[in-house]
Amino acid sequence: MADKPFIARGFHSRRAAAPPGRLPPGQYETLDFPVLSAGPTPHTSLATWDFTIRGADEASPSMRWSWDELQALPHETPTVDIHCVTKWSKFDTKWEGVSVDTLLAAARAAGVPDGAFILAFCDGGYTTNLPLADVTGGKAWVAFGFDGAPLAPEHGGPARLLVPHLYFWKSAKWVRGLTLLPDDEPGFWEQLGYHDRGDPWREQRYQGDL
Amino acid sequence: MNEAAGERVAAATPTPPRLEWRVATVVSTREETRRTRTLILDIPQWPGHRAGQHVDVRLVAEDGYQAQRSYSIASAPAEGTVALTVERLDDGEVSPYLCDVLHPGDGVEVRGPIGGYFVWEAARKGPLLLVGGGSGVVPLMAMLRQHARSGPAARAEVPVRLLYSARTLDDVIYRAELEQLADPPHVEVAITLTRAAPPDWSGYHRRIDRAMLEAVSWPPSAEPNVYVCGPTPLVESVATLLVELGHTASRVRTERFGPTG
Repeated sequence: MADKPFIARGFHSRRAAAPPGRLPPGQYETLDFPVLSAGPTPHTSLATWDFTIRGADEASPSMRWSWDELQALPHETPTVDIHCVTKWSKFDTKWEGVSVDTLLAAARAAGVPDGAFILAFCDGGYTTNLPLADVTGGKAWVAFGFDGAPLAPEHGGPARLLVPHLYFWKSAKWVRGLTLLPDDEPGFWEQLGYHDRGDPWREQRYQGDL
Repeated sequence: MNEAAGERVAAATPTPPRLEWRVATVVSTREETRRTRTLILDIPQWPGHRAGQHVDVRLVAEDGYQAQRSYSIASAPAEGTVALTVERLDDGEVSPYLCDVLHPGDGVEVRGPIGGYFVWEAARKGPLLLVGGGSGVVPLMAMLRQHARSGPAARAEVPVRLLYSARTLDDVIYRAELEQLADPPHVEVAITLTRAAPPDWSGYHRRIDRAMLEAVSWPPSAEPNVYVCGPTPLVESVATLLVELGHTASRVRTERFGPTG
């Protein structure tokens, strides 16, 4: 069934128009940085923190970085627009992190079996699924800096995934690693009715959205 | 992906139907406080919801401009209509329309229900602890109303406590109904006012802190199911304190928001 919008009588925009092409459908620009998460904010000490890339088969090789080892990898400082499924978008956010390409290259060299999909896993039990193609080619980072400062815990610190071209729940907070999988496996919100891919430009908010 | 694999995946996870936009009719409205208003909606082919879920509201202007926001459902499932309680934000663009422009008989586009984690069902075992701040009480109210609709035996088995933080007594949403619903020890309602309080106020008069949570909540050994909803600083603080008090993090479900206009 095609959507034929119902005109809200007497409604008109009360916001300044966003620059053309920057605001996906149904989004509005915010200058704040709202916080949304499903449970208490976990606090993991950097001394015990690590980041792992592994395959579906637990017996296969995996690659692990301590906090210091991750910090020793080349840093990138992407400036990107982010889009939350709860309708806010924030332009020109400034991050610091390590490219997922860098991490995957090291994991492959260590013999971690490849997969067409990833499931990111996090402190607190959160997971989210993404096609591998959405986290490669300079599109995704493990980010630990925001606006020139360490990433705050409520925003996912010490480190979160950053995949700005998809809805922001894909940019998993408190990320601790990636599992490479042959098939797509729905993560936390994806099992609860949210879309498996989550492209804001196609407005893929919920399961069933095309 | 080859066909066989595609079939296997399709069999395991059937694609759910798309959540369609539906034109709801405003049945009635109720001013709750100076800043909040409840809209009672009749939504055609509403599939039903669970307490704690929300809907998306979409407003489309004549020129095609559109705005969408999410609003929590305040009504219990099975009430037949769907109640949304909306906080009016003066610099917002959707909430002023919902609070000031819509009248009974008008239509408004909604789709939902949305959200599968911050939900409570009567079948869930264990005491129910609800902690809300400001309009964060709205999804908790759906749970309280759902609880009130369960039979006396079920209500005795699952006691509920609400701790509700508001600025002043005039900012307390659903105040009269909360007084009616209170039925200790099955239903206990504690209100804390963070700004002005009347001279004869007998409730709490400070921000939610550790001592207040300890006094209001069950001990962790009782394994309460906890739902916390409100502005980010309140939710961060309450959820952290609950974990420090020994509650299992996975039993503490949170919904955080900044104001959405």
